[in-house]
Amino acid sequence: MSEDIIAAIKENVIQGRATSEDEGLMGDMAGQPAVAELTEAALKKHIDVQTIIKEGLTGAMQVVGDKFSSKEFFIPDMLASAEAVTRAMDILRPYLEKSGVEPKGKFVIATVKGDLHDIGKNIVAILLRGSGYEVTDLGTNVPEEKIVEVVKESQPDFVGLSALLTTTMDGMRDVIESLKKSGLRDKVKVLVGGAALSEEFADEIGADAYCLDGFQALDVIAEFKGGA
Amino acid sequence: MPRRGVLVQAPYRRMTDVQVEQVHHASMELLSDPGVLCFNREAADIFQAGGAEVAPVPGSDSGCWLLKIPEALVLNGVDSAPKTVKLGARNEDNSLIMAGDEPRVYLVSGSETNFWLETAFETYVKKSDPGTERQVPEFEVRRGTVADLCRAARLCEQLDTLDAFIRCVNIQDRDVTEDNKDVNKYFASLNNTTKHVMAGLTTLGQLDNLVRMAEIIAGGKEQLRENPIISFITCLVKSPLQFVDDTTQTMIELCRRGLPTVVSCAPQGGTTAPIREDGIVVQINAEILAGIALSQLVNPGAPVLYGAVPVRARMDNLHDSYGAPESSQYNIDCIQMARFYKIPCYSTSGVSDPKAPGLQASIERMLSNAVTMMSGPQYLHCAFGLLEKNLTFSPLQAVLDDAHFQMIKFFLRPPRLSEAELAESLSQIRQVMGTPQKLYIHHIRRLLRSGQLSPPYPFESEGLEDNVLALASQRMEELLSRPVEHIDEATTKRIFQEIPGILPRLNIYREGGKDGV
Repeated sequence: MSEDIIAAIKENVIQGRATSEDEGLMGDMAGQPAVAELTEAALKKHIDVQTIIKEGLTGAMQVVGDKFSSKEFFIPDMLASAEAVTRAMDILRPYLEKSGVEPKGKFVIATVKGDLHDIGKNIVAILLRGSGYEVTDLGTNVPEEKIVEVVKESQPDFVGLSALLTTTMDGMRDVIESLKKSGLRDKVKVLVGGAALSEEFADEIGADAYCLDGFQALDVIAEFKGGA
Repeated sequence: MPRRGVLVQAPYRRMTDVQVEQVHHASMELLSDPGVLCFNREAADIFQAGGAEVAPVPGSDSGCWLLKIPEALVLNGVDSAPKTVKLGARNEDNSLIMAGDEPRVYLVSGSETNFWLETAFETYVKKSDPGTERQVPEFEVRRGTVADLCRAARLCEQLDTLDAFIRCVNIQDRDVTEDNKDVNKYFASLNNTTKHVMAGLTTLGQLDNLVRMAEIIAGGKEQLRENPIISFITCLVKSPLQFVDDTTQTMIELCRRGLPTVVSCAPQGGTTAPIREDGIVVQINAEILAGIALSQLVNPGAPVLYGAVPVRARMDNLHDSYGAPESSQYNIDCIQMARFYKIPCYSTSGVSDPKAPGLQASIERMLSNAVTMMSGPQYLHCAFGLLEKNLTFSPLQAVLDDAHFQMIKFFLRPPRLSEAELAESLSQIRQVMGTPQKLYIHHIRRLLRSGQLSPPYPFESEGLEDNVLALASQRMEELLSRPVEHIDEATTKRIFQEIPGILPRLNIYREGGKDGV
């Protein structure tokens, strides 16, 4: 029975269905229980939270990632699945501490000062949440002082900085300099991304990694964690 | 169910209604002054009996008459020509129904090229960095053979956007002669595609054998009439304004048999027609109407297409320049004229000037294919694989063209603007505005697999290299490896028993035979 619910959670994550209103891949599943309802049901049946996360959610995201790599799935599919996982994690959050499940890591993300573009940043945030990271999204046009303050308070493992424009990307340098001045630079990995950026620019300003997109960000983080 | 083609909403027009009328009246004037030279005696007699003023041209020993064709005779021909023409197919689901007043476009291969362009990919090593290798396309031009024609038909059968097959390769094998060419080119085509097959006749000598072969395949005389699986192109009027002896005779015989025929004219702006748009359009319109008038005098109701192949001359060598924007202008005007007469239009686009696939070919054909298709001709020929002024067929280019046409067909879909859809969009916008991330991506999913979103270009490279040709070549090989729905064994046996001249190697059921080559 518990296997059935876990299998259903996995299938619905793959289908990208957060709630019963969602239609799924082929648009024909509205009205059927989805990840949110199934997660509630799993908790009622006292299924172990670790099992729900590991076998239901994480296992499904692995399948979704493989399908994306093979071009069977598109970015909207990945995001829908990630949102479904996020929805499940919101439901599971009160039980996480009790069950000893830790988030994969803490991530603070922001679009730097002077820049209002946030599509890329939002997509990265969705993907990270869906992959089990705790994400604090500071929004757009965020001054370096604010970022330093949050890093000091919440002690994240990673800071992600985004900018679209060549005129605003220098704000990333300011953030890194401010982190240095505050003695926080060695405590976080700084990832940068955005249309105007390049690997060379990331090196020049002293970032730890340049990420072409959200998927590369996931890979980079996994590498850092593996190397830690 | 016939093929659907693409129904163009609000077709693109270059000329106003007044200008269309002006062209019509000017063409009528041309047909009586200076009139049309006619090198075919029977046609001259038919025109004379139909009310035209016919006079021998002084000093013409070989037989030439000047026809002054009155407007009433032309208009009677236009009235009598069918306004809807069906082109059948071995698989009837591949039939085309063309109504002259409906801008439903069918995409067709063509025309008869002398050369076949083979593409192979060789590995080149960078001199300054021997570790770097590149796949580079190399092209080989050779004269077309019947095996090439079989291969072209097999490929075109698999191209989704291609609706009918005009034999695009001139078969020049040693054992193909003037006397057996027609039965071989039609059999090779019909045996390798279930789509409609159109070609020009080499001689009249094999016409009845050809018709008999088509009857055997269609299932009988009446079945062929109901489902005309073959049709013909005749260039009976040579520009400017001259009925040619042999092709005019061909036209007369085809009309007598009631088989669908294109009255095709191919003036070249600058040499055989005025280079200015108004002049060439007035002339080609007069030439086509003269041909249609003859067809209807021979056999009222004979199915004909208004066949326009106008092209501008290149100024550096006086070759055809299909890539010149003027060629598309000429064609679009002709499409408007055909629609004015409500006669289905055979139009031309997509041929490009360069000798090999590449950037220039793609640019030129994308322009002419898109704009010509937007104007809504019923039968758009020359669209697949033709290069180098119509001299060369490249199967690789045909695969690239299929991708171009996928894009153009998608572009020509009508807008979706119903009350219900607008209400849904407003609801979606309001819903997204209420979310923190304000992204519509979630709403894309229901469209992703519905065919309502255009796919990415299928031959896109991942890095800085341009791999379009290599990727298209892989696609071509995959298409050519698919099984072919050949004519069945019993029918093939009958054809080989009853129709003389077909090359034994085209019989795939013979011992050791394969794929019609």
